[in-house]
Amino acid sequence: MDEQEKPLSLVLFSGTDDKLSAAAVLTVGAAVMGRPVNIFLQYYALRAFRAGTVHADHALAWEATDAVAPVIRAHPGQHWSELLKQAKEVGEVNIQACALSMDMFHLRPADLDPIVDGVEGVAAFMASASDGQVVFI
Amino acid sequence: MSTLQITKSIDARGMACPGPLMNLIGAIRQGQVGDLFEVLSSDAGSKTDIPAWVAKAKHELVEVREDNGFAHFIVRKAR
Repeated sequence: MDEQEKPLSLVLFSGTDDKLSAAAVLTVGAAVMGRPVNIFLQYYALRAFRAGTVHADHALAWEATDAVAPVIRAHPGQHWSELLKQAKEVGEVNIQACALSMDMFHLRPADLDPIVDGVEGVAAFMASASDGQVVFI
Repeated sequence: MSTLQITKSIDARGMACPGPLMNLIGAIRQGQVGDLFEVLSSDAGSKTDIPAWVAKAKHELVEVREDNGFAHFIVRKAR
């Protein structure tokens, strides 16, 4: 993995466990394949990363009907926060809170789970994204 | 059939994607160059992910064998 790969940049907006899990799986995949991953936490996703709330029930997206939701909840996959930790161990993953969302919810950096690396503005996130893809989830 | 000297065997059967791959990566990182790692996985994603990662990380996929409901992967740490 010597050649420099283009970064993958994920904007996490939704705070439901299914979308966070899907985003965490993408992060692991990119990280193990040598791509730097930038994650920008906005709105409901940021709220899910508050200290002490990471393992709370963050519900599922609206597509999760009564028939589908139990199937998702019964799946033995790892929690999204564990997947993100593993991605950080094997690759280059940087998780930043959106400064605007921090302000909106009256959050300080100390209010966030330690898995979050810092707080930044959108221009700094876009600078990190450079010419790699930006995915909004 | 296989008379390879396996350094470490990882039974990841029942683990969800990407668990088996992550276990393999963790084991390879702690191993020595030349060590052979065996992974047993029932996760369908492993069939594509383990060869893709091994190629990318420039290790060697020595053997892939289908068994009853799971697959064996043997990987040599090459660097």
